[in-house]
Amino acid sequence: MTDTAAPADTVHLTIDGRELDVPKGLLVIRAAEQLGITIPRFCDHPLLDPVAACRQCLVEVEGQRKPFTACSTTCTDGMVVKTHLTSDVAREGQEGQLEFLLLNHPLDCPQCDKGGECPLQDQTLAHGPGDSRMIDRKRRFTKPVPISAQVALDRERCVLCARCTRFSAEISGDKFIELFERGALEQVAIYEDEPYESYFSGNVVQICPVGALTSTSYRFSARPFDLRSLPGVCNQCSAGCNLRVDVRRGEVQRLLARDNMAVNEMWNCDKGRFGFEYVASAERLRQPVVRDELGSMRPATWLTALRAAAGRIQAAVDAGGPAAVGVLTGGRLTDEDAYAVGRFARDVVGTDNVDFRLRPRTDEERDVLAAVAGTLGPTYDEVEHAPVVVVAGLETEEEVPILHLRLRKAWRKHRQRIVVVGPVIGSLEEIAWRWIQTPAGEESSRLTALASGGDADLSEVTDALDEAGDRGVVLAGERLAHSPGALPAAAELARARGLGFAWVPRRNGARGAVDAGLLPGLLPGGRIAAEPGPVADAWGRLPEQPGLDTRGMLEAAAAGEVRALYLIGIDPVRDFEDPALAQAALERVDTVIVQDLLQNETTRFADVILPATAAQERVGSFTTWEGRRQPFPQAVAPQGLAQQDWDIVRQLARALGSDLGWETANDVRREAAPLMEVAGSALSRLPGAQGGGVVPASPERSGDDAPVSSERPSAGHDAPASSEPSPDSLSHQEAGGAEFPFGVVVVDYLVGDSTMLVGAKALKETARRPAVWVHPADAGRLGLADGAEVAVVGSAGRLVWPVRATSGVLQGCVVLPGNSSGQAPGLLGGSRVRLEPVAGTGGDE
Amino acid sequence: MPEVQVLSQRYSLSDGHTLDGYLRSGGMAGLRVALDMAPADIITLVKDSGLRGRGGAGFPTGVKWGFVPQDTGRPIYLVVNADEGEPGTFKDRELMERDPFMLLEGMAIAARALGCARSFIFIRGEYLWPGIRLEEAIAEAYTDGWLGKDIQGSGFDFDVTLHYAAGAYICGEETALLDALEGRRGQPRLRPPFPAVAGLYACPTVVNNVETIATVPHIIELGAEWFRSMGTEKSPGPKLFCVSGEVVRPGNYEFPMGTPAREIIETACGGMLPDRALKFWAPGGSSTPLLTAEHYDVGMDFESISAAGSLLGTAAMMMFSDRTSVVDAVLNWTRFYEHESCGKCTPCREGTFWLAQILERILDRRGREQDIQILDDLCDNIFGRAFCALGDGATSPIKSSIKYFREEYVQLIEQGRLPDHIEPHAGVVTENSGHHRPHSRPPARAGAHAR
Ligand SMILES: Cc1cc2nc3c(=O)[nH]c(=O)nc-3n(C[C@H](O)[C@H](O)[C@H](O)COP(=O)(O)O)c2cc1C
Ligand code: SF4
Ligand code: SF4
Ligand code: SF4
Ligand code: FES
Repeated sequence: MTDTAAPADTVHLTIDGRELDVPKGLLVIRAAEQLGITIPRFCDHPLLDPVAACRQCLVEVEGQRKPFTACSTTCTDGMVVKTHLTSDVAREGQEGQLEFLLLNHPLDCPQCDKGGECPLQDQTLAHGPGDSRMIDRKRRFTKPVPISAQVALDRERCVLCARCTRFSAEISGDKFIELFERGALEQVAIYEDEPYESYFSGNVVQICPVGALTSTSYRFSARPFDLRSLPGVCNQCSAGCNLRVDVRRGEVQRLLARDNMAVNEMWNCDKGRFGFEYVASAERLRQPVVRDELGSMRPATWLTALRAAAGRIQAAVDAGGPAAVGVLTGGRLTDEDAYAVGRFARDVVGTDNVDFRLRPRTDEERDVLAAVAGTLGPTYDEVEHAPVVVVAGLETEEEVPILHLRLRKAWRKHRQRIVVVGPVIGSLEEIAWRWIQTPAGEESSRLTALASGGDADLSEVTDALDEAGDRGVVLAGERLAHSPGALPAAAELARARGLGFAWVPRRNGARGAVDAGLLPGLLPGGRIAAEPGPVADAWGRLPEQPGLDTRGMLEAAAAGEVRALYLIGIDPVRDFEDPALAQAALERVDTVIVQDLLQNETTRFADVILPATAAQERVGSFTTWEGRRQPFPQAVAPQGLAQQDWDIVRQLARALGSDLGWETANDVRREAAPLMEVAGSALSRLPGAQGGGVVPASPERSGDDAPVSSERPSAGHDAPASSEPSPDSLSHQEAGGAEFPFGVVVVDYLVGDSTMLVGAKALKETARRPAVWVHPADAGRLGLADGAEVAVVGSAGRLVWPVRATSGVLQGCVVLPGNSSGQAPGLLGGSRVRLEPVAGTGGDE
Repeated sequence: MPEVQVLSQRYSLSDGHTLDGYLRSGGMAGLRVALDMAPADIITLVKDSGLRGRGGAGFPTGVKWGFVPQDTGRPIYLVVNADEGEPGTFKDRELMERDPFMLLEGMAIAARALGCARSFIFIRGEYLWPGIRLEEAIAEAYTDGWLGKDIQGSGFDFDVTLHYAAGAYICGEETALLDALEGRRGQPRLRPPFPAVAGLYACPTVVNNVETIATVPHIIELGAEWFRSMGTEKSPGPKLFCVSGEVVRPGNYEFPMGTPAREIIETACGGMLPDRALKFWAPGGSSTPLLTAEHYDVGMDFESISAAGSLLGTAAMMMFSDRTSVVDAVLNWTRFYEHESCGKCTPCREGTFWLAQILERILDRRGREQDIQILDDLCDNIFGRAFCALGDGATSPIKSSIKYFREEYVQLIEQGRLPDHIEPHAGVVTENSGHHRPHSRPPARAGAHAR
């Protein structure tokens, strides 16, 4: 793919009298495209294996008795091809097939969603007969029938091109949609006893060349020619799928995957495609709100709200110094917003209490994140072409679905060797080459062994890594931060062996937040507070005191030390691992400023609410897990009075007496870009590397500017006997023993109950049922039937979920769904649990 | 040319289907020879004999075997195509019933030549009796060391598995067969890769017809010269002809290739039924274009039949007299194709659906003048454009019947009746014909949640 074709690898052919050289193995239909000749097609799709089923692409090949299908015929040297443009055989052949396709077609274009963007319509108009010779009866089916809550099927319109079924089998690997029956009764269907369960179902709607597959959320809502289409970038996960945002009368009607072969190719996931209803939902915050002296919330003008917020921040600073202010952001901000917030906190307020990590975090991850910050790569393509990929702490399908599809593609196309390290293999089970099993929280030792080699039972993998050289890649999920020493060990594996290294977060804005330095002690571009470099010149001042992380801030707030919390795009009451601490902090703290899109469980604690725009309502850029920054334009006007986050921050700074000098998002970008972007790879900057990049490698670094919270015992050492769950201890081995025999891993599902999915009803119906994943042997031993309810009991709590017995988890380990599934596993306390059957519940079967 | 008895030599024995009977009547002689031959020499011998596949396409068997790469490190499979779904064809059935060991012997020789250790017989699901005979034969062969490990002390290991097909005509097409054998839905595969390179489970695979394989032991035993002493230069050897229709004694008859149709029918079959004159016939199953009385003297070999405008196919000769309506017969076949179309490709799936409706309409006296032209056009749009040969085959009876019997169509359309001498064929032209459309059946898959 990447190799440039040497002359020996090319063939010379003629199409419609024009000569060209193409790489060996190229299909005639692709070669014709290179000349600008579009051969009509239905079943052909550039990313699917040819089936040659529709027979629409017939061309004449000189010397051949029969016409050939251009979509399945490879170019050979000296071949002379004539398309419908120059050959009667081809043209008549195509016309004949079109007549056949229309035979049983209902021609209900006036009520078909595809009308106006339908290849069958277009081709009929271009090449088809003006009238039908068919006076006989058409095949009839009940229509439409649901394939899932999200996808409806009209079998009468189906041209049986098998694009949808091939997508399911080849690309997404969920073989729940199939062709059944034969002859004119052949039809797309799903199995009676197995639902079409796919995170990628929207793609089949998009690639269906007719209106046979439609999405229930878009059905009958617009005509393509009424839509205004804008390029967008998905705001749901770090995959960074390129989107087409289709807007009608100022409202988003649908999102489609936009081709970007370097990123999402031609796909996206259902969350990204269908999860946009929140934009116009009733729960949107549309107006600033301020708590008055009597404690009631009153709508306010922006001026009043900004003054109130500024006044409250100033009061906190006056009372306790800049460190009495904490700024928490989620992983959802654009790069520009992240930068603006980081500068606001440090420069305007003077506090280093900044953290984007609502999820569990450790101090040791900061060195790795600092090294990764601002770098680019390994990219999707590099991951795809890597001979070996080591995956740790990452459930690719649930967390970064499109990266999962790339890995699947690499496995399918060149049998990429995917090595999973850890207690869970999950969705990679189908495609992984080796699974290096470790108990929960013990990844680091195996990762270290992979780095050093010499471990006999890992020799197969280390040999493969040796062979792969610098083309191998390590993918480290953000969940690795739960496991003591694991993230540094993964980074060290990459560094020691010269592999590519990627830190793969879940959320779309996480990487931008890292690049912008939204962690205590970190500045844009991975610079540490002690060595700010150009940041010192660009900003007016830097905080003097090292800051607190999320937990530290909430603890300090609960203790009355932090007096104002500025919460931007996060809901700690629901999403923080310890909801009780979050609640206590919010109750105690003097001031809560909430800047968000949607009403959530935290908003009720707010003193000032500043309504922010949704991604489609603004310009900006998101950075993918690779480090690729992808700008996007505004698609719709903001709801109500909502404003862009950077702009709110700018005005707040102004109200506090600082002029940050920006007037547009572009101004922010211009200032941020040179500070956030870093040349070179993360590898050279990893701790332990020789001659590192911007950040000099110093293993002691984390000690130097250790934030206050790092004084708490860190993971791997004896955790204090405390009932409060510590994220650091969430996965390490306490002396659980007989009482708590299971180690815990927490995985957030792609489609959960998150606020970003408000209103996406059909999508939510396709969500996977939250369950406790247990190894079948453990389930059997405990008498837990698949689907039966089980109580998960920890030192501090007890939660009930159904059981899913799966060999994708190690024995002695359970996987619990994350907070977005409705219950917070953090409530269990600690990282070890036991399972107790719940009386009276049977299995699914 | 006289009738011969090579493949059918044990048809008259009462115990030809037992191992004892088989050995006593000279069976396994070919295998004994083959076990001492170098595999490449077996392939050369089969090439030299000029044996051509008996499954319909007539591809030279030795050449096919020669395509199999021996150096892939993957197993090589032999698959015997015993699906026998072509209308009018029943030669394999009798062969497996009466002489199952001849097939097993041929398989062992082929396997030896190909370096194959595992093979499958894909037998038509309805073939219960032949299946039972084969099962018994396989069991006996294993017991007596003609199959399994170290066959007859030669060091050669070879296994045979009998697989009952689920009853779809398309599964006789070799690539659909392989998909079905792998447990998938039987639909033809895209070629290349050809089965010889990537067939069953993506391993090199040879698919041969029952009769083809059953012919092999005789070639090995008696030599290429002997084989070529029968038949024509390009179509050598003996061949089973399955004759059906309006003849006195329908059945399987063995003649050298190239024997004129007239000789087979008039001598072996006792001619057409009394008072009936030959009107049209299919030389090789329903997928081969119809011929007429004019072609009665054409030799039954690949070349002669091609020259006459048809195909030898499976050599299933279906003979029809002047009492039969050709349109009626054609509708019957077209319904078969409509029903058996696998649905994968547009022209065959949609085309057969429409063709059957038009023919029904014509026979139901609702034909229109332009229908003949439409039938002809549709056939042209299917033939050579469909994904596999099933679609091509579906057009054969229609195209050829229009070619030779356009008058009958015209008469039906214009006068609403058949020529007087034709007997309305019960069950074909019925009062309510035209109502057997798929849509009038309950949709097999009423909801998306189907079984
Ligand atoms: C629709 C269709 C049905 C077929 N059915 C059979 C069959 O039942 N038996 C058979 O031997 N070949 C059948 N064939 C031919 C096979 O594809 C293949 O050519 C044959 O098995 C090869 O064996 P041979 O070389 O020994 O003739 C069929 C082909 C088509 C297109
Ligand atoms: S539903 Fe659409 S994509 Fe699927 S086979 Fe039918 S036409 Fe093709
Ligand atoms: S994979 Fe991620 S970026 Fe792509 S559509 Fe889904 S949520 Fe959006
Ligand atoms: S011609 Fe097409 S539809 Fe017909 S059987 Fe072959 S592949 Fe199936
Ligand atoms: S596009 Fe080539 S057969 Fe469908």
